[in-house]
Amino acid sequence: MSEQEWPLYEVFIRSKSGLSHRHAGSIHAADDQMALDHARDTYTRRSEGVSIWVVRSSQIVASDPAETASFFEPAEDKIYRHPTFYEIPEGVENL
Amino acid sequence: MNSNDSLMAYVLRLADNALILGQRMVELVAAYPELEEELANANFALDYLGQARMYYSYAGDLEGMGRSEDDFAFLRDENEYRNFLLLEQPNGHFGDSITKLVLFESYYLLQLEALVRCSDTRVAEIAARAEKEIRYHLRHNTQWLVRLGDGTEESHDRAQGSVDALWRFTGELFAPDEVDNVFEAEFDGPDLFRIREQWQKNVAAVLQEATLEMPEDHWMASGGKEGRHTEHFGFMIAEMQYLQRAHPGATW
Repeated sequence: MSEQEWPLYEVFIRSKSGLSHRHAGSIHAADDQMALDHARDTYTRRSEGVSIWVVRSSQIVASDPAETASFFEPAEDKIYRHPTFYEIPEGVENL
Repeated sequence: MNSNDSLMAYVLRLADNALILGQRMVELVAAYPELEEELANANFALDYLGQARMYYSYAGDLEGMGRSEDDFAFLRDENEYRNFLLLEQPNGHFGDSITKLVLFESYYLLQLEALVRCSDTRVAEIAARAEKEIRYHLRHNTQWLVRLGDGTEESHDRAQGSVDALWRFTGELFAPDEVDNVFEAEFDGPDLFRIREQWQKNVAAVLQEATLEMPEDHWMASGGKEGRHTEHFGFMIAEMQYLQRAHPGATW
């Protein structure tokens, strides 16, 4: 076993057509193709998906937890931005 | 040999190949160097065991003596198994396992593609399902052989060693006997000469991409299809059969 670990990849899976990809977890792989294979073998064994995206974790730009206050809190008291005045039609599961 | 005997013998070979290779892969469960490859190997092993079950179950129906999948898998003796010698070879190192899979699955996929079009409905249905599984296995394992062959100097040398060591077991895949001939004639089965041609092309392309040398065909080992196995086989099925032999009829 090599002492150097394979890079980490984040896995996103679309569970059925029409839905968006959702984060499923992460895997290690030596290259992009292997990452797709590993994602398939790790996260879609029970037919969870119809499409897989993988991306190097190091390529993801994330918000800084230390800035949570200035980043997110200003939105909290602006209820007029929430679409709470609509009624969701019956039978619509994924809006 | 009448056509029903030939069909049953043919299906039993498919079953034994899947079972014995699957069992070898099961031996590697919890022994893989990487978690993700560990899962892939276990998935693949289960694919083979699933295929073996479908084949054995059909063989039991063809025989009509009431033998179950377990009877075939666990209660036969060494010389009753008809798998290729290639598949019973010990796992060795990672490169050995990958090479074994690439050599066999390059053959098995072509065999399945032909079986999908054979005139026996049940074999064709099992083959249609198995084909999808094996196509993915082969893609995965081929990529590994290329990585190893075209990797570091050490991985290249070891992969070449695996190819050289296992090559002598590949002749048996393409040596037709009465069972193959009757199955081909009566059920529109695979033409092994054509499969061999295609296999050589496909394997040559993979080896070239992996910067590995394709060995020349010298002496080829054979006997698996007649039940004459290599020295590793007895130990392997002893472990596989232990539970059913020690506790006959045990179930989950």
